Amino acid sequence: MNERKKLLEVKDLQTTFFTDSGEIPAVDHVDFYVREGEVLGIVGESGCGKSVTSLSIMQLIPSPPGKITGGEILFEGQDLLKKTEKEMREIRGNDVAMIFQEPMTSLNPLFTIGNQMSEAISLHQRKWSKRQIKERAIEMLKLVGLPRSEEIMKEYPHQLSGGMRQRVMIAMALVCDPKVLIADEPTTALDVTIQAQILKLMRELNERMNTAILLITHDLGVVAETCERVVVMYAGQVIEEASTEVIFNNPCHPYTRGLIQSVPDMRNKKDRLYSIQGNVPKPGSIEKGCRFAARCESAFSRCRAETPELYRNSDNQQTRCFLYDEREGVISSNEQTIAKS
Amino acid sequence: MNKPLLKVEGLKKYFPIRKGLIGKTVGHVKAIDHVSFHVNDGETLGIVGESGCGKSTTGRTIMQLLEPTEGVVEFQGKDLTKLSANEIRAVRRDIQMIFQDPYASLNPRHTIGKILEEPLLVHGGGNAKERREKVVEFLKIVGLSEYHAKRYPHQFSGGQRQRIGIARALMTNPKLIIADEPVSALDVSIQAQVLNLMQDLQKEFNLTYIFIAHDLGVVRHISDRVAVMYLGKIVEITESEELYANPLHPYTQALLSAVPVPDPNYKKEQIIIEGDMPSPANPPSGCAFHTRCPFKMDVCTKVIPVLAEEKMGHSVACHLYTSESNDDIERKKQLEGCL
Repeated sequence: MNERKKLLEVKDLQTTFFTDSGEIPAVDHVDFYVREGEVLGIVGESGCGKSVTSLSIMQLIPSPPGKITGGEILFEGQDLLKKTEKEMREIRGNDVAMIFQEPMTSLNPLFTIGNQMSEAISLHQRKWSKRQIKERAIEMLKLVGLPRSEEIMKEYPHQLSGGMRQRVMIAMALVCDPKVLIADEPTTALDVTIQAQILKLMRELNERMNTAILLITHDLGVVAETCERVVVMYAGQVIEEASTEVIFNNPCHPYTRGLIQSVPDMRNKKDRLYSIQGNVPKPGSIEKGCRFAARCESAFSRCRAETPELYRNSDNQQTRCFLYDEREGVISSNEQTIAKS
Repeated sequence: MNKPLLKVEGLKKYFPIRKGLIGKTVGHVKAIDHVSFHVNDGETLGIVGESGCGKSTTGRTIMQLLEPTEGVVEFQGKDLTKLSANEIRAVRRDIQMIFQDPYASLNPRHTIGKILEEPLLVHGGGNAKERREKVVEFLKIVGLSEYHAKRYPHQFSGGQRQRIGIARALMTNPKLIIADEPVSALDVSIQAQVLNLMQDLQKEFNLTYIFIAHDLGVVRHISDRVAVMYLGKIVEITESEELYANPLHPYTQALLSAVPVPDPNYKKEQIIIEGDMPSPANPPSGCAFHTRCPFKMDVCTKVIPVLAEEKMGHSVACHLYTSESNDDIERKKQLEGCL
């Protein structure tokens, strides 16, 4: 599995919003990569920078106030940040496509589904005839499991249900066979039974077309069922990265551990839920030390004074926590036992 | 624990569909259709279902925020549907509500102090000094501080706002609290804090909750009993443990299997039901679920199944458990084999 090439690599990405109340580093030195055909999950709570990261990859950050202030986004070895807007437009949709959370607001209510599908195709396949375009659109709608796809071509978004709209969005994103599909909370607005349908569809598409998927979500259950590898973000930083197995069986960062424990489990009832004290800090409000220190049960003096890096604690796990810094030595192992107990 | 505090019987709420210039009624959206249940003193009844199933309408109709089309809502022996507006206001001191969106349910122009004082003004809660003291007391109970009373809603985070919403509901010392999706707008770590707070308050003030939510994990965590709704009807109602261990209705089974479990090692049989929920304006004949049900029989398309007790304290509305022709028994076996 490890021989697979890195398809999309984000290196040291920084995205800052310049507002009246100062500079807000929404994404702060973020590194991760997506391999060919892989499903990578980015999890975190609201305000952790996961959506800004995905918009930065697509270069869809509203500017002003937002600006990518540093780093590289390598797609097949080429830096997307060095591309002109025209070149970027070729890449968007063709190589990297994106679907959004709210399928109602991302479809134009004034045009039929067929109209919008055809536009997406004709922008990238300029030489195709109208008939070819229409056939391709119907083929894609069938692929995502929409019944009576020919009639749907003539319908408007308001005539479809939420689940069907999200299927249309996925069909539209896949018309040009992108190599990476970025899905930003694709099922958050949907009911569980519909969510199960959409997740199954995404898994099937990933297997059948070998499309790599970058799945951004706040739902740990969705991650466990869909992703191979997980990146956990907190306050604009990557705080842990590991395979899905490892994240759930051996979460190392106190935040990841807390997050997993705070989800009410459907299988067995606990008397009391574990809860992380305090609130998510406002981006940019913490200048010194670990961003999680104020809420962390295992925090010690160094956490408040220095900023931790991502420490590699095994072949497939990295954690941004001093507990896993080798230099901590004795303290580390002590703290670890306290933290784990 | 055993005396029902609230009894709902045959509750219906139809919204008319009006068309044309004169607004002729051309049909009805049956938001809730013949819903019956009871809530015991001190327990938590969870109501789950997907959007459009009528769970929020049920909450609002009990509160008499929506006038029911038909049915009885009996609270402490009084039928709320027959009371005058003034009498209802007095009853609302005992029934309070917590809303989903803590951003929209607090007036942005009022300070928290004023927001919390309001219920006391309406229901007559002492003089100015006593009211202020009570505001501070309840701010502390929900984990906020005295100085927060002078602030405005926009100065708080989502979790803190929901704490304020809870404090407001508690101001009149209610017996029953109807919580409509109280944690679904919150992040997981904050959600856990609010759920724990609600459980603590229940013990401290002997509260009864009707907890309306779409998240089955959250409902299981907080509820003693759970009702599952589909298209305006209760399809299954039982103890929370029993429901999650032995779901009887095919919809409940599909719903439970659709919830993603945060554990990659957990392998479950996933029943993915096809299609969408039909429109409540034009519900299918017979059992409303038959259009998506994997165990559909002929009788399902014709006869509406009634909610009947299948086992002790476990009621289900499904023909699989009512008619006992050979064919059905066969299907029932199949069904059990699948589980």
